[in-house]
Amino acid sequence: MSLSTKDKTLVKAFWDKASKKADDIGSEALSRMLITYPATKTYFAHWDDLKPGSAPIRKHGKVIMKGLVTAVSKIDDLESGLSKVAEIHATKLKVDPANFKILSHCILVVLSKMFWEDFTPETHVAMDKFLSRVSQAMSEKYR
Amino acid sequence: MVAWTDAERNAITSVFAKLNPDVVGPNALARCLIVYPWTQRYFSKFGNLYSAETILGNPMVAAHGKVVFGGLEMAVKNLDDIKKTFAPLSELHSEKLHVDPDNFRLLADCLTLVIAGQMGAAFTPEVQAAWQKFLAVVVSALCRQYY
Repeated sequence: MSLSTKDKTLVKAFWDKASKKADDIGSEALSRMLITYPATKTYFAHWDDLKPGSAPIRKHGKVIMKGLVTAVSKIDDLESGLSKVAEIHATKLKVDPANFKILSHCILVVLSKMFWEDFTPETHVAMDKFLSRVSQAMSEKYR
Repeated sequence: MVAWTDAERNAITSVFAKLNPDVVGPNALARCLIVYPWTQRYFSKFGNLYSAETILGNPMVAAHGKVVFGGLEMAVKNLDDIKKTFAPLSELHSEKLHVDPDNFRLLADCLTLVIAGQMGAAFTPEVQAAWQKFLAVVVSALCRQYY
């Protein structure tokens, strides 16, 4: 499954609006993931506060969003654009790649909640496909 | 048996009370058909599913979205026995409709996104967790009669 020209246009247009709230999106998506999918907390046992909106969550939310900004800018070659961060997640962090889908879903929930008028069905499918491709690129270095 | 905390029960029933059946069911089903087009395989009798626009305007999709919503309503009213309540529906989806059960998860995700869009800030992380737990139980009940 690959991104069509239409998908890329929709993603960039939506992202233009959404990225203004990047920090909030990152923090909220991460908070929702940790609460709705408690197994994901196992990767953050070293944080002292896992409550929604905590300082470590806000900080890491920004890191995640920076990654997504990179992904949007490298939308034509996600594998090489995300190569470094994919390497880290595979070899250093050893995050089960199934979790990328989970975080993607939580990002979509936040986007839908914050930008419902712009999150039309066509934008929804483009964003779902985009995050799917990002997850795929993030899974590239595992084996 | 599923154990619901009081907070979860409250969250689920209060979310449901806020939902407009004419909007949520039809919108979620339409999005499922648009975002995951392979789900259209089960709706060949629904006529025109050619584009996002036609799906959104298709009266059969809207009508069926309301049927799905009615199913959820049944689950909310029988929170302590969703498994038994949904046994006939599970058998129907498996034996008669031959629906791949992965589709229930896809529709559940679309429902969550539509509800997030409709409820906005009221759909807090805690409410989302309770709601998704509820949907997971519904999906599991729907999968039970498959063999």
